[in-house]
Amino acid sequence: MVKVEGLDKLLAEHPFFKGMDETSRKTLAGCARNERFNEGDYIAHEGKPAERFYFVRSGTVALEFHVQGQDGLVIETLHDGDVFGWSWMVPPYEWAYDIRAVTLTRVISLEATCLRKKLKKDNALGFELYSRFVPVMAKRLYSARQQLTDMYGKS
Amino acid sequence: MSTQIKLDPMTPVPFAVAKRVQELADTFTIELAPTSTDGFVFQPGQFNMLYAFGVGEVPISISGDPSDPSKLVHTVRNVGAVTDALSKLKKGEQLGVRGPFGSAWPVVEAEGNDVVIVAGGIGLAPLRPAIEHVLANRSKYGRFVVLYGARSPADVLYMKQLQMWRGRLDTYVDVTVDHAGRDWAGNVGVVTRLIGRANFDVHHAKVFICGPELMMRFTIKELSDLGVAKDDIYVSMERNMKCAIGHCGHCQFGGHFICKDGPVFPYARIENLMQVRGL
Repeated sequence: MVKVEGLDKLLAEHPFFKGMDETSRKTLAGCARNERFNEGDYIAHEGKPAERFYFVRSGTVALEFHVQGQDGLVIETLHDGDVFGWSWMVPPYEWAYDIRAVTLTRVISLEATCLRKKLKKDNALGFELYSRFVPVMAKRLYSARQQLTDMYGKS
Repeated sequence: MSTQIKLDPMTPVPFAVAKRVQELADTFTIELAPTSTDGFVFQPGQFNMLYAFGVGEVPISISGDPSDPSKLVHTVRNVGAVTDALSKLKKGEQLGVRGPFGSAWPVVEAEGNDVVIVAGGIGLAPLRPAIEHVLANRSKYGRFVVLYGARSPADVLYMKQLQMWRGRLDTYVDVTVDHAGRDWAGNVGVVTRLIGRANFDVHHAKVFICGPELMMRFTIKELSDLGVAKDDIYVSMERNMKCAIGHCGHCQFGGHFICKDGPVFPYARIENLMQVRGL
């Protein structure tokens, strides 16, 4: 049996859920799981089904592109308070990167199928969740575009 | 009687290379031995004009420890004919020095505050004297944060020193690169992403920024979003400096001369100019 009450408290501690009403948080907690990954563990692999998404409580994960015959190319690292794994929102619901735990990492994950069912029934919750995701995505896009400028190169 | 060098601002004084260190593939540090007993006195953030005899002069920030005037240290990126000539100088060979010129990081005014250093690429070199000053006077400051961004792990300047500063219990150091292989244990991402995690008091902090102008703009935006006042932000600007004393006009930036009024400016003073396209 899932201990929803405890997970609800963990969700409340994560910056992503700051200001979210308790009812919505408890609904989401019904799809949540508290997980731990050891250094070097792969949390996701590019092209595999995106069945969960993650809120980092503590630790560091790396987003990597798999490069044939070589080690992965790290394109971003994420830390305490960050979110990763929005492939669950976008068909065909497959991971776009490999995700590797760089250090011991504690996360809360939400199960995508469970969540989609709840959001179909509760549009307000869906709006609330998407409203929180969009700024995160915008900030990450902005950062990615900064990286594209190669600003430290010779000028 | 003081024997400190009193340089004529327009006449290069010969200095000999005492030591040369290859920092990165395109970046090297030269240590020059002052000929006077008092050494070469400068303030953190100032620069010298270095003259490669028969080739030309370039403005280079002083990157050594301001409390140790016995060494005049410059870190140089090899990007053109003059810096290439400087890169080929061997121990004992000479170059000309004019300076020190320009404004300094406000390290004394920052006392009593948290101090946040944000550097990008070779921009860490002009900030190193400020870092050394704060570390040498650590009890006069609050939280001390050093944030550094580089292109890749192979482009991280002063890696050993960053590790040494990080090893101190009184200094927060965070480093990020734009891309890396799996053997890199640090951060990957833009330097602005480090700011929110640095946990300094945004209302009692002085922030010193040096790097490419694009990086400085991104950094200032992030700091402003967090609530850091413009008056608490200082930037080091770079332009094509020639005479270094505000006569030739090559480094004019709006109503300012970077060589004389800068290179270090309070951001509030040049905010409008930084928004002007093509300036």
